[in-house]
Amino acid sequence: MPHDHPHPSHDGMSPSGHPYREDQDGPLTHFQALEIAVRELLVEKGHFTPRQIAEAVARMDARTPAVGARVVARAWTDPAFKARLLENGSDAAREMGADIDALQLIAVENTAEVHNVIVCTLCSCYPRTLLGIPPDWYKQRAYRARTVVEPRKVLSEFGLALPDEVTVRVHDSTADMRYIVLPARPEGVEGWSEEALAALVTRDCMIGVAVPRADAPRAEAAE
Amino acid sequence: MAERVRVKDWRPRGFHVRAPWYLRGKTGVIERRLGAFKNPEDLAYHRPAEKIELLRVRFTMRDLWGETAENPDDTLDAEIFAHWLEPAEEGADAA
Repeated sequence: MPHDHPHPSHDGMSPSGHPYREDQDGPLTHFQALEIAVRELLVEKGHFTPRQIAEAVARMDARTPAVGARVVARAWTDPAFKARLLENGSDAAREMGADIDALQLIAVENTAEVHNVIVCTLCSCYPRTLLGIPPDWYKQRAYRARTVVEPRKVLSEFGLALPDEVTVRVHDSTADMRYIVLPARPEGVEGWSEEALAALVTRDCMIGVAVPRADAPRAEAAE
Repeated sequence: MAERVRVKDWRPRGFHVRAPWYLRGKTGVIERRLGAFKNPEDLAYHRPAEKIELLRVRFTMRDLWGETAENPDDTLDAEIFAHWLEPAEEGADAA
């Protein structure tokens, strides 16, 4: 694998023209050392095995936005479920088999008049059980700082231009709630199955930086 | 009429505070009440944590950034613990 080792003749760049990522040869940080020490002690004392830890990590990695998309598709096709979702997001998500732990879920609905977008300015709170691991940009300072000051400009950079008459509601996930955007159902999907509808609902739609489109290439494949 | 509240302009140091700096001293309205949750300012340090009421407060972008806001009528909602809130008089906004 030619990309896996540094080569002095390329001026610090790989043969494909990308900079090499430095090896992690620096000292452990305080919290890295703490994590290793606590993990090894718990293994040594027989509380769990390394394999159980690897399985727990795999479970976290396996969560995907598909769970959230199923919740949205159900809300689009079942008005009573939608009402329950907006009234008590946690209970409604549990009905769909989503394990949402002790955290409480609030679903916010996009309409013709209102567009919602989620941010966590203090850290990276995110509805992981419904959407999986958050994207890197969600955790970065630029998204966290700018979304509360100039949400329309941020959304336009995601390719979502909103007309002035639509009110933007930003939700800063500051404490114990987690949020999911219930996007508006696109036009032209009457009679679609829940499964086909769910395929329109991307992660970004449920964060609120995109809206589902029935004419997206994904949708054709799903129908 | 929605109840107007102001986020206290406290500046404690070194605490796990969930009231963001950009909202301190700002006035909004109570959007909904969420129930009581353990105070993260104690919970984060493994101290016995009292349950405190948590509220969702809605601010307009005008409340936060003034008339030069990107769109003054857009809104921002955040969860703020009750001990960080004080009643605000109608029309006495700190812009």
